[in-house]
Amino acid sequence: MATNPALKPASWNDLPDANGHFGPYGGRFVAETLMEPIEELRVAYERMRNDAGFIAELDRDLAQYVGRPSPLYHAERWSAKLGGAQIYLKREDLNHTGAHKINNTMGQGLLARHMGKTRVIGETGAGQHGVATATVAARLGMECVIYMGAEDIKRQAINVYRMRLLGATVVSVESGSKTLKDALNEAMRDWVTNIDNTFYIIGTVAGPHPYPAMVRDFQAIIGREARTQILDQAGRLPDALIACVGGGSNAIGLFHPFLDDADVKMYGVEGGGDGIASGHHAAPLSAGTPGVLHGNRTYLMEDADGQIIETHSISAGLDYPGVGPEHAWLKDTGRASYVAITDTEALDGFHSLTRIEGIIPALESSHALAYAMKLAPTMNKDQIIIVNLSGRGDKDIHTVAAHEGITV
Amino acid sequence: MSRIASRFAALAKVGRKALIPYVTAGDPNPDVTVPLMHAMVAAGADLIELGVPFSDPMADGPVIQAACERALKHHVSLRKVLEMVKQFRSQDKDTPVILMGYLNPVEVMGYATFAQAAKDAGVDGLLTVDLPPEEAGGLLDELKKAGIDPIFLLSPNTSDERVRKIAAVASGFLYYVSFKGVTGANRLDVGAVATKLNAIRKLTDIPVGVGFGIRDAQSAADVSAFADAVVVGSALVKRIAELAEQPANINASLCEVLTAMRQAMDAQQRAVASR
Repeated sequence: MATNPALKPASWNDLPDANGHFGPYGGRFVAETLMEPIEELRVAYERMRNDAGFIAELDRDLAQYVGRPSPLYHAERWSAKLGGAQIYLKREDLNHTGAHKINNTMGQGLLARHMGKTRVIGETGAGQHGVATATVAARLGMECVIYMGAEDIKRQAINVYRMRLLGATVVSVESGSKTLKDALNEAMRDWVTNIDNTFYIIGTVAGPHPYPAMVRDFQAIIGREARTQILDQAGRLPDALIACVGGGSNAIGLFHPFLDDADVKMYGVEGGGDGIASGHHAAPLSAGTPGVLHGNRTYLMEDADGQIIETHSISAGLDYPGVGPEHAWLKDTGRASYVAITDTEALDGFHSLTRIEGIIPALESSHALAYAMKLAPTMNKDQIIIVNLSGRGDKDIHTVAAHEGITV
Repeated sequence: MSRIASRFAALAKVGRKALIPYVTAGDPNPDVTVPLMHAMVAAGADLIELGVPFSDPMADGPVIQAACERALKHHVSLRKVLEMVKQFRSQDKDTPVILMGYLNPVEVMGYATFAQAAKDAGVDGLLTVDLPPEEAGGLLDELKKAGIDPIFLLSPNTSDERVRKIAAVASGFLYYVSFKGVTGANRLDVGAVATKLNAIRKLTDIPVGVGFGIRDAQSAADVSAFADAVVVGSALVKRIAELAEQPANINASLCEVLTAMRQAMDAQQRAVASR
């Protein structure tokens, strides 16, 4: 899809505007009591993102605690099997806690400490962001409360125990659909009640300004490293980037440092569930409409009355009815393309990479891999795709086994 | 003058403070709401705040969340809420009705379509809790054209500068949230509310109502000593929840609360007047 020149900013680095807008998306749609704390956060973040001491502190933790830089791995056998473009995997699965989520929680955790907050809260679906938040809270000696839908608690018992081992209190959310969106509602309620001592670590590039921009900036290390690494290994920029999109933090992290490279195509892959036509999916960019939820205007899964509808994806991390506002704008401007991969296709991607490269990917990342399996064969052997392998699949073993009728 | 402004002016003239009950439209079923609105007026309500059910009521506590869920089981949409107001308005031309809810149902209907439909139904004000004035431009224009008052929240941490900014675009009344938290919590500090209201009054002449944490006649009377209006929500909705299976008893139960509040607030005003 061609970029619409009328909509293209001088540089994508100029977004969002001062009020947190990406075109018509983003913004600050919160109750009055939260306006002061999000402004306090914006000011603190603006100060710290330019503070040499803060940057050095974060870089040190990312290197020595998280294990960055993560490798960029040329999956030669898999590329040969698919018979098209060369596929490189950005190995976020090798980070401490097994996913990209910690890039953001490390950044927000340090910011919370600089702001004098003693308590952090977070929401989680699959539990990856909850684990990454609890990990950083343990590392920084802060009280931690994680909100998780009662349904997700049942599905992700190991991550719940992991968070508790790390010292976090995991609160079961019984309202609404009892999943990620309800956990986010509940975390917002906690925050508005305890704003004096509490920092809300949002796990994705959504929420009121400055969260979408701040989380993007913390995750953009993925794309900055990948850009340097591909120039180093292949001597040129990639032709395409692929990443899965739930809220969209790993995708924006990979995409953002390449946005001004007009020849690099970008594909965000949503959870297609049982297929778009079935209505059972988690693909607001592919099949949703704009609306306002959780502090920002973006594409949503909603009915004709503006009520948020329940989503479905085999991957709990993609099971969210909204998406980061920057993705909404990248879609409308044509700078990135968004596609959906079904549960079945994602499982194919999961097995294919596992058997051919010896890497067990997260089910979220398997959506990106499955799209690479479609795209690579349409490209030449000297072309390059970078796929963000956003997390490792250990957490999903039980889901995959159950899907195949096997009890582990 | 809007129906809300006239109501506040008339109350001020007779030295009475406004009692504003909140119920979620369609809770526990759509048949209950309109008769309940009339009953609440008979029990002493001066304005009515009607909640528009939303799937994700982030600023509300468990009581009003559950009310939204009960109403949504009956698919009570914004359009259905407007029909209820229209039905209420056919018999009551005087009591102002304010819709309270979240932006998305209004956003999806479209600002212009909503404003016209709300005007036709006899809606007087709109309070969208997740819409600060910074994001409200397009909706404010449409509400103004339709003569509907935009009601905005103020909270304990709203700075003087923001109070001025909000008051500049609000009309009808301002809704002061008595504490940092969600609806239905028990955190009311009457002294702190009085102090902040004094500060707000130096910045605006718009009437100020107080809500969040008002649960009984005593707290209603205490707050009415310095507020222009008292909003009671969760304390009523809790009774609706308890009577969800016996909806015929809801009107009497809620009127009992409102009558007690009305009497206590009026006694409070008489005490002030006789000082």
